[in-house]
Amino acid sequence: MLRGYAIFVYLFLYAPIALIVLFSFNSGNNASDLQGFAVTWYIKAAGNTLMLGALKNSVIIATASAILATFMGTMAALALQNLRGPLRVLFDGLTYVAIMVPGIVIGIATLIALVTTFDVTNALIADLWPGEAPPKLGLGYGSIIAAHTLFAMALVIVIVRARIAGMDRALIEASADLYADPLATFRQVTLPQLAPGIIAGFLLSFTFSFDDFVIAFFVAGSQQTLPIYVFSSIRRGVTPEINAIGTAVMLFSLTALITAQVLLRRGKRPAQ
Amino acid sequence: MAATAPDQTDQGSYDVEFRSVVKHFGDVKAVDDVSFALKRGSFHSFLGPSGCGKTTSLRLIAGFEQPDAGAIEIAGQSVVGVPAYRRPVNMVFQHYALFPHMDVAANVGYGLRQRKPRPSESEVAARVAEALELVRLPQLASRRVWELSGGQQQRVALARALINRPTVLLLDEPLAALDRKLRREMQIELQNLQREVGITFVLVTHDQEEALSMSDTIGIMKDGKVVQFGTPEELYDAPVNRYVADFVGESNFFPGSVASTDREGATLVTASGLTLRAPYSRLGTRLSPGDRGSIAVRPEAIGLWRPTRVPAGLDVTRPARLLNRIYLGDHSEFQIEAEGLGPVLVRLPKSDEAQELEPGDQVVMGWNHERALALGEG
Ligand SMILES: Nc1ncnc2c1ncn2[C@@H]1O[C@H](COP(=O)(O)OP(=O)(O)O)[C@@H](O)[C@H]1O
Ligand SMILES: [Mg+2]
Repeated sequence: MLRGYAIFVYLFLYAPIALIVLFSFNSGNNASDLQGFAVTWYIKAAGNTLMLGALKNSVIIATASAILATFMGTMAALALQNLRGPLRVLFDGLTYVAIMVPGIVIGIATLIALVTTFDVTNALIADLWPGEAPPKLGLGYGSIIAAHTLFAMALVIVIVRARIAGMDRALIEASADLYADPLATFRQVTLPQLAPGIIAGFLLSFTFSFDDFVIAFFVAGSQQTLPIYVFSSIRRGVTPEINAIGTAVMLFSLTALITAQVLLRRGKRPAQ
Repeated sequence: MAATAPDQTDQGSYDVEFRSVVKHFGDVKAVDDVSFALKRGSFHSFLGPSGCGKTTSLRLIAGFEQPDAGAIEIAGQSVVGVPAYRRPVNMVFQHYALFPHMDVAANVGYGLRQRKPRPSESEVAARVAEALELVRLPQLASRRVWELSGGQQQRVALARALINRPTVLLLDEPLAALDRKLRREMQIELQNLQREVGITFVLVTHDQEEALSMSDTIGIMKDGKVVQFGTPEELYDAPVNRYVADFVGESNFFPGSVASTDREGATLVTASGLTLRAPYSRLGTRLSPGDRGSIAVRPEAIGLWRPTRVPAGLDVTRPARLLNRIYLGDHSEFQIEAEGLGPVLVRLPKSDEAQELEPGDQVVMGWNHERALALGEG
């Protein structure tokens, strides 16, 4: 009885995804009419310049925000470990809240914040600018990267904090005992110990940004990212080409997520 | 406290010196006005129950903690305020703290690679091989540390510390995690190693046998204080008080209040009304009439006989009942209930005729005054 229920749940979860994968290899023209096996749609998608442009944007945005989030999140996690008492509880709480807040809220909030800031700063720049055409800040690459970095940074903080908590403090002392100054200890012991968490944080940040539609949709301005491109294509009807793109994206994200999982798991290997 | 006062004329021969060192953690006085001096090249132990401040003392030497008051010197140099990475000491951590992301050779060579100027890789490799040879693990250089057994990790930790040729080697309960047989082996090996390298070893343990068998000097600690500092023989033969006698070797204690004293010893009256006399311990606190004190008698100082066979001339004899006998090879331990004294432990050699006694037998126990000690509480 319970087993039947479980099978049903998994079927419900994965059948649509399996269908997309299946239909992405459809040799026919119609998305809902399976005709034979072929990779034509993958070849077609690979030649779609609009799609490729969006993909390039997505890769740049995901890379930039993952690098920024990993760097700042790791620094924040290291700083937070020295915090004690109510301040620590507050910051921990704020970090978790940042992860829990729905994407749509982050999207709208970031949009409003950015537009308001741009209004003020653009006016200011226009006043101060000596030449004729002052530069104008607007939505685009920068705003998507900023919004994704903010969210992903919270992810990185949580992951790296967990690594720090699981790390043996005695290793730091052992390093100091063996004549390594604090910087050398950080480089040779702390960083390698945290590395699995940091890399996992980077991969999760990257996939989050690469897959994100909701936040990007609000703050993208006229920029196309891959998820936005897919969304706008679907409005013209689901083609097997979209299925092919979806399958490729899924494969890529899954690989990154599984790698992150493996890293986090292996990092837990006991020290003794 | 009772530690040996550092000899002013001979400053250079001490490797570690504490003078009135105090370390608090909040309300806890982990180290409370401790003074001692450890001779160059000696094997020293701190012995005491868990929580008495042994690890904190070690961490003060290593530089992981800074004292709230007092002076700490290593090889005659004050190290107060000097961070751990600038102190010429190395530590073998309680759980070894080997770097899990490095292989054995990288762990052992770590200290050398931090030196400025940094020695050449060929020199590091040679010294690593030498250090692994010293701890008898030459074939394991390229192993990952988590593949090693507890005993092997222990040796790697030792090699990682000794390769630096520190002034002082600190060992925090290094054998606690090993099984009994391996522990015994490592005790002997540590002792040999210390003689071989001639470095001052400071070991922390709660295992009296470990401390007694390995050390040149021992500091018995209680509640952050060093109660007595001395050689194993001194501690065994001349404990300053009941606490030390209880910690070093085994004793029967018969508490009472001091009735009279003279230059040699004291006479106590137990709660059951028995009058017992014993000489003072050579280094023990002197008692005054009215004080609380204890008569301490080692299990091997007490004799046991059938009531009809009691020899003449014993200072103390009490009727007793034999409760249990534990056979231990070349000797046996007898648990008896003596009238007016309560449970008493007696240890007799295999040759003793008391070996025929059975549990439940009525017996007589006795000892001579000079085999006992009159000790103050504490
Ligand atoms: N970092 C610390 N913070 C608070 N209390 C501590 C700390 N380290 C030790 N203590 C306290 O100091 C006392 C002595 O501890 P320790 O030196 O570890 O004892 P031992 O090694 O003899 O078991 C204990 O009461 C312990 O709880
Ligand atoms: Mg301890």
